[in-house]
Amino acid sequence: MSTEARKPPPQIALKIRRILGGKAGWNGVAVQFAFAAILGWIGYEIVSNARTNLENQHIAAGFGFLRNNAGFDVNQTLIPYTGSDTFLRVFVVGLLNTLVVSVVGIFFATLIGFIVALCRLSPNWLLSRVGEIYVEIIRNLPLLFQILFWYLAVLAALPNPRQSISLLGIAFLSNRGLVIPSLIGGNGLEPFLAVLALGIVAALALRFYARRALFQQGQVIRIWPYVLGLLVGLPLATMLVAGLPFTFELPQLKGFNFAGGSRIIPEFVALTLALSTYTAAFIAEIVRAGILSVHKGQMEAGSSLGLSRGNTLRLIVVPQAMRVIVPPLTNQYLNLTKNSSLAVAIGYPDLVSVFAGTSLSQTGQAIEIIAMTMGIYLLISLLTSAIMSVYGWRVSRSLGA
Amino acid sequence: MKRVTLALTLALAAGLSAQAADAQTLKTVKDRGMLSCGVSQGLPGFSSPDDKGNWTGLDVDVCKAIAGAIFNDPSKVKYVPLSAKDRFTALQSGEIDVLSRNTTWTISRDTSLGANFTGVTYYDGQGFMVKKSLKVNSALELNSASVCVQTGTTTEQNLADYFKANNMKYEVIAFGTNDETVKAYEAGRCDVFTTDQSGLYANRLKLANPNDHMVLPEIISKEPLGPMVRHGDDQWFDIVKWTLFAMVTAEELGVTSKNVDEKAKLENPELKRVLGTDGNFGEQLGLTKDWVVRIVKAVGNYGEVFDRNVGAGSPLAINRGLNNLWNKGGLQYAPPIR
Repeated sequence: MSTEARKPPPQIALKIRRILGGKAGWNGVAVQFAFAAILGWIGYEIVSNARTNLENQHIAAGFGFLRNNAGFDVNQTLIPYTGSDTFLRVFVVGLLNTLVVSVVGIFFATLIGFIVALCRLSPNWLLSRVGEIYVEIIRNLPLLFQILFWYLAVLAALPNPRQSISLLGIAFLSNRGLVIPSLIGGNGLEPFLAVLALGIVAALALRFYARRALFQQGQVIRIWPYVLGLLVGLPLATMLVAGLPFTFELPQLKGFNFAGGSRIIPEFVALTLALSTYTAAFIAEIVRAGILSVHKGQMEAGSSLGLSRGNTLRLIVVPQAMRVIVPPLTNQYLNLTKNSSLAVAIGYPDLVSVFAGTSLSQTGQAIEIIAMTMGIYLLISLLTSAIMSVYGWRVSRSLGA
Repeated sequence: MKRVTLALTLALAAGLSAQAADAQTLKTVKDRGMLSCGVSQGLPGFSSPDDKGNWTGLDVDVCKAIAGAIFNDPSKVKYVPLSAKDRFTALQSGEIDVLSRNTTWTISRDTSLGANFTGVTYYDGQGFMVKKSLKVNSALELNSASVCVQTGTTTEQNLADYFKANNMKYEVIAFGTNDETVKAYEAGRCDVFTTDQSGLYANRLKLANPNDHMVLPEIISKEPLGPMVRHGDDQWFDIVKWTLFAMVTAEELGVTSKNVDEKAKLENPELKRVLGTDGNFGEQLGLTKDWVVRIVKAVGNYGEVFDRNVGAGSPLAINRGLNNLWNKGGLQYAPPIR
């Protein structure tokens, strides 16, 4: 008896069926489509109903307001902005303020978090107690309270502008913030930047070459003197040839405030301080857990190879711990970004404050503005977690190799 | 968070209910047995809770007068404290029946928010407060100053206009609530605190040393403050509007909370119409014949309300000024009740 092999069904159709319907096959596909249709219909009903009702109540609707004149000023703007700009520009200004406080906050939170975690794990009794006390105090106090504490503490400790603390006569610290000289591009700016970029590229290439030599031939090349020369020496030499790249504009006390120079406002300082110290407490625990998850034998292996404790941590333990650390670390980064919306309590002009706050109240278009704000926070969060996923993937790939 | 909740409520209310703009506010209020009234989070003289949690102030008395007209009981009010930026959403979403929260009447608010102003309870104007130690005598000397302001107010926009018009630079620090703004001003974060002039006097009382601060003479804007109701319910609009007019009319006729019963017995045709012994204007509003008597018994006439909360009988001691009756040099004027 001979049986002929049955012809396999066309693969593409099968795949589509599996993707859409799962185990239920084509029936499942129908159910899925029906479900999607019902969802779409409900969504449409809600939107069209809302539209009619808003119209009946004469509440302005739509996104046309974004082109209207905002008519209010904002304290900290990273792009040029005046009261006669549009609400759309207010949105961008607020978004940039949120991003800058998040990025700076994430940087310091990670730094402080790692340091505190290493303190807690340190064999030094005093250091580990200090780390423990830090974590237990900071993570158990409400964040809003900490923000207000830093704000009022920072403000109370600083004098008014007329009695400001002078730092070498070029920077001034007062309760209006830290005023520093601002850079103004001079003649030598373009060659300076070009040479600096060249130096960075060359330094990176050098590092790549040195690592390859290390991994492939086991050859250790000392590159730091060259890198130093490329990054510092070369630009300095250009400066001598082409002239100063920058001139400084010094701040001067005029009337109530300093004129000229750049200013870091106290709201920004207080918010960054509070967000980074608060999140650092959680990051410290995550890092500690990650490091403890690496088997003790790795540490012992490192020391039996003659590596110092620091080198063992840096080269052996932390890379393995990163696999455990990255996912919860992403959560903390997202938390920090979203927590930055508490800025409204201390008058820092973040997205929620200037757009979902002031603009909403000026236009009354709650639905559109809240939807836009939610959308942009979602986008920031998804982007952050995408970046962290790529990083996590690279970490586990390098460990798997 | 509250703002998001309010916006979602509004979105749901607008999206799910077939007819959100129902003309049933009076019925809803009567069924609930309570008037839901949006007030500020604490502005002495206008709306602020005392240490026992009882609300007092000019804006609060408007709520009490409406409750008095409907229920003959001024205590049947639920006060909802709202920040400047949450107030309109709360009204749109139906969380409150009337917004009585030192809110400036502007054309954009009247036309695009789905709400109407019912009248002016207080004619105000924006001013500036500074520390006396700065030795500033005029707002025109404020170039490069830092200014603390409450966000989401007309004040914030007037400020931008004023400094721009006078070619002056300034730094604005905008806070969510009145208290946060005052605290930052007191902590020295800014040189100037700006809001409606009545608010400046009210807030000055909150400072540790009120005498170290002074209000500058300039008034840079018109700020007619009044209550707001939702669009689409003309009966409710009329009730709130005529409650204010009734208070002014009562003052004009010399009817006070003390003599209202005697006045009602007099054979004066105008008094008889107003106090409901003749005609049925109250019933046409959806209230009772004696609606004005109820209002005056609840809070007194406009003059009494003014004096008790912000005028001579209060710590604020603000002059009647523009808020005097029309026949005494002010702007308070009510159409005839006939």
